[in-house]
This record gives sequence, structure tokens and C-alpha cells, in this order.
Amino acid sequence: MGRPTLAVWKFASCDGCQLTLLDCEDELLALTGRIEIAHFLEATSAAGEGPYDVSLVEGSITTPADLERIRHVRAVSRKLITIGACATAGGVQALRNFGDVEEFASVVYARPDYIATLDRSTPISAHVPVDFELRGCPIDRRQLLEVLTAHLTGRRPDVPGHSVCFECKSRGNVCVMVARGTPCLGPITHAGCGAICPAYGRGCYGCFGPSPNWSGARPNTRGLLPWLDMTEDETHRVLATFNVSAFREEQGPEPLAEEASDDASQ
Amino acid sequence: MNTLELTGLGPLYDALRRAGYTVIGPTVRDDAIVLAELDSIDHLPYGWGVRLAPGGYRLRRRDDGAAFAHAAGPQSWKPFLHRPRVKVWEADRTDDGFEVKDAAPEPGRLALLGVRPCDLRAIAIQDRVLTGGRHVDPSYAARRDGAFIVAVNCTEPGETCFCVSMGTGPQAGPGYDLSLTELTGEDSLRYVVDVGTEAGARVMGDIQAGPAEPAVVDRARAEVTAAADRMGREMPALGLRDLMAGSLEAERWDEVAERCLSCGNCTMVCPTCFCTRVTDTTDLTGDHAERWQLWDSCFDLDYSHLHGGDVRSSPKSRYRQWLTHKLGTWHDQFGSSGCVGCGRCIVWCPVGIDLTVEVAALRAETAQDGAG
Repeated sequence: MGRPTLAVWKFASCDGCQLTLLDCEDELLALTGRIEIAHFLEATSAAGEGPYDVSLVEGSITTPADLERIRHVRAVSRKLITIGACATAGGVQALRNFGDVEEFASVVYARPDYIATLDRSTPISAHVPVDFELRGCPIDRRQLLEVLTAHLTGRRPDVPGHSVCFECKSRGNVCVMVARGTPCLGPITHAGCGAICPAYGRGCYGCFGPSPNWSGARPNTRGLLPWLDMTEDETHRVLATFNVSAFREEQGPEPLAEEASDDASQ
Repeated sequence: MNTLELTGLGPLYDALRRAGYTVIGPTVRDDAIVLAELDSIDHLPYGWGVRLAPGGYRLRRRDDGAAFAHAAGPQSWKPFLHRPRVKVWEADRTDDGFEVKDAAPEPGRLALLGVRPCDLRAIAIQDRVLTGGRHVDPSYAARRDGAFIVAVNCTEPGETCFCVSMGTGPQAGPGYDLSLTELTGEDSLRYVVDVGTEAGARVMGDIQAGPAEPAVVDRARAEVTAAADRMGREMPALGLRDLMAGSLEAERWDEVAERCLSCGNCTMVCPTCFCTRVTDTTDLTGDHAERWQLWDSCFDLDYSHLHGGDVRSSPKSRYRQWLTHKLGTWHDQFGSSGCVGCGRCIVWCPVGIDLTVEVAALRAETAQDGAG
């Protein structure tokens, strides 16, 4: 039996997550010894024929063409794994979900009628069945290797869904929120980064999205926000980053967009 | 046993090092008094105190140079005895199968310097949980067996302390090798030393400490006694087990669930919470496998995940599980309360949930229901 084949696909994204595969420098030879990287345009334009045993999908669905292409990717993939905040939550570009895309396009482009775009940025799982979601902005190298290794062995990947606080406590970080008053999204954020930011005295930015540690669909942002010692505008912004559609509770226009339009009218 | 006196802790530190111990004690790092390996006795937090509040911890300077006039810090001794990550075994593929290797290296012998009475009781509780039953945790047992405990009686309780309510302090109970009471003076720190074990006596014999003057001993005892009246919190002493069993349907659990983030900090800072999960890993070659034991928490959704779903899917059910186990069913399981009154779960909860307040609310609601 030959090596299983791997394909890497990109939708609306910055390429940072798929580059994590190339960042596996020490493990890359061992990895390619076990897996044939058959389709990975970031690394080589030589693309092998599908179907593929494993597809890593980066990016969110933002155009009508994406809608068609993701169905093709699903059709040629035995296992489909989404990687990164764009693919799992819509990414920072999901800020559009809270605004008016036509208005943005009219301001940004000389000929907005040339632009074919959807009014929402959505995760891959909103369109096709997904076998596993790996979170992060970008994803964590060790977690990517864990997911691929687990697939090769036929076991469940050990990618815990608990909060970043688990990682802080395991590595002996002093809580930046309690001991310094530094705003931190760690208590409601999915672990996986190894608590990098708190380890260097910064609060967590929520790159890995909400920890699935609540009943129903939303993280307990209402419980956390009063303790962050931030203004209402600041709390609004801190939840409006890479996982905005997963963190933000309310819909509606951005305060930033309102300010921008005010400026433009003056 | 006899009561001795020391001026400064340098000789004790040196004696522990001579006896082959790695000395773990309090020291200032990252705006907190953490527990860490002490390279020198000079790294104790001389002159530092703390201000504690629900969800808040701040260092403060003290007028005196006391090394132990601070309440519980961010960690208990748990990370040193019941480590967050333990490799249970590893295995390599061989020509005719695989070979399993016991991964446990011989642990160093630890001297725990500055164990508070609440934490001393917590260690006794973890002893019961992890070594007192049919299934002994070998990693914990190995580290615990070699450990030397220098307790420090509490003379400066914090705003979130309630060891008196839980019957664990401020005077150290049994279980120490040596017990210190720190006395601040004009220009020096003096320590009244109670010897608890033969091992403790040997260490003290090595430094030839003299007997403590009766007046000094009296002053030390009085300061500890006085500390009992300065607890920042109080927990109803009796009936907690019945209260927990009788309030499972209380509305208060819904109220606390609106604030609880399910982050698990309370369980990880708790000196008695002991839960772990086990995970198997393989490497890319497929020829090497490892089994790891990792800290887990009943606030983790996966903790109660069974085939078909999560048993405790709501934050309400998880908070209730934690508190009713800690204060209630722990009695049935291990013959004592699981709470020692250190107050860490109050301080290190990022949203300041205070279990003494929750218990009082449950009590009030239950009493109301009983009356109505």
C-alpha cells in the first residue's frame, strides 16, 4: 500500500496556516516519508491527481466561486480537515457579517460591479461536512502534526477543547488578569497555542476562538467582559478579531464603520 | 518534641541542601509570590505581603522584612507533588512486537519550605486520595515519599482566607518534619522551630540550634492564636455535607452559572483537586508511543464525555459538581472535606466567584424553602 496522499487548499485567507506545514522543518522529512504531499501550491506547482486521502482546507467561503470549489474539494477528499480561524469561524473577514458589504465595496473599488462577493464570510463547515476542525490564527505546528500523526495511526487526535487557562496553569504562568489586571480572553478561549501570550505577560487575544465549554452556542462573554477593565468600545473591539463571528454575540453595524462614514461625509 | 530557635533561615537552608534536598519555597516572580526552586535563601520574599480579593491579587511592600507574612499564592504545592504532566510509560516497536519502558525517572528529593497549615492539610488530603486507596499513583507516591516538609504557622491571614472555619489553621496540624513560626524584630527575623519527626530532628541537629526561650515561644504561640481572629472569610462550619446534598435543585446554581466561565482555574489552583486524564500519543514514524497523565478538570466539557454526549453539558451542572464534591460528597468518598480554606479559588477565579458567598446563598435559599 502506498503512502496516503495529502492535499492543501486555500480559500479566503492569508496562507499563514498552510505555511505552518512548511514550518514543520524538523519533522518535514519524516512527514513526507509517511504522507505523499500531492497538492500543495504554496510549496510546488506540480499537483498530483485526486482523489486525496486527506485534505487540509484553509480559508473561509466569501465568493460564489468558493461555494462551488469547496464542494469539489469535499468530493475529492476522503477526510477533510479545516485549519485556522478563517476555515473554522470565518476569520477576521467575517467582520463583514456585521456590516454592509455593498457599502464597503462601493468605497473600496472603482468598479464595484466587477466584484463578485458574498455578504457573509462563513466557515467551511457551513457548506460541507468537515471531519475535523483545527483552530488558531495561525494554527499550532504541534497540533497540526498531532492531527496528521493521529490520522496515520488511526487514533483520535489529542486536541483538547478546554480553556487557555489550563495551559497557563500547567506551565506555571501567573495569571496576568488576576495579578496585574491585564485584560485576557484566555478563560473563554480554546487552548492549543500553549498560552504563548500570557507566558510573556500579555493577555490572550482569543486567536483560537471560543472554548466549547458552555451549554448552547455562545461563550460566556457577558460573564467575562465586566472583569476586563475596558471601556465598552474596547471590549467590542477585543472580541472583533480573527474569530469575530464566534465571539461576538450581537449583530449590527460596527461602531468603526459608523465613525468611518462620519469622517467621509465631512 | 523540643522547641528550638533560629535567627535567620540560612543555616536551615544549607542543612537541607547538605542532606540532599532540592529546596522549593516562596519567591517573587511575575508580580506574585510563587513557589519555585530556591537557589539561595536570599530569594525568599523578604518584606513582601499581598492584598487579596475575589479575582484580584496584588503584591505590597511591608514595613518589616518578614519572609512568610503573605497568604496563599497562585500555586499550591500540588504542581511539585501531583505534577501537571506525567509520562506513565513509553513503548518502542521491535521486530516481534513492542517493548514497554517504565518512563518514571527517580525523582529528586524535595524540601518544601514554607508550607502553610491549610496546604499541609491539603497534602494530607491528596495523600489519602492518591496513595490511600487500592490504586496508588506511583508518580505522586515517589515524590511524596522523599519530601521533607517545613511548615510555617500563619501569622498574617489574607482577605480570602478561612482556614479556621475548615479547621486546618492557622496552627499547623500533624504531618510536618519541622514547623516554623516567624517573629519579626528590630533588625532580625527569628523563628521558633517545632520538630515533628526524626528526619526533622536530624536536620536541626546538623545546625545545632539552641532551645527557644519560653517568653519567645509564648509570643510565637500568641501571634498564631491572634491570627485566627483575622480571617478574611468565614464558611459555615457544620452541615455543609447535608446542605450540598439538599440543595441540588437550588436556583442559585443557575445564577452562578451566568457568571462562571467554565475556565477551570478554581480546580487547578485548588490544592486538593486531583483529577487527571490519560492520553496516548504516537510519533510520525509510528514506531514510538507514549502514555501521559495530565491534569484535568470537571469544568472541561470533555471530562464527562461519554458515548453519545456530555453528561454535564451545562456550566451549571459543572459548577454544582465541583462544589458539591468539594464540600459534600468528598466526605463520603474520602472521609473529610475537600476544602482547606486557602481561598485560592476565590482569588484566582477571573470573575471572582466566591465559594463562601455561594454557600451562604445556598444556605439562605434552602432555609427559605424549608420555612416556606
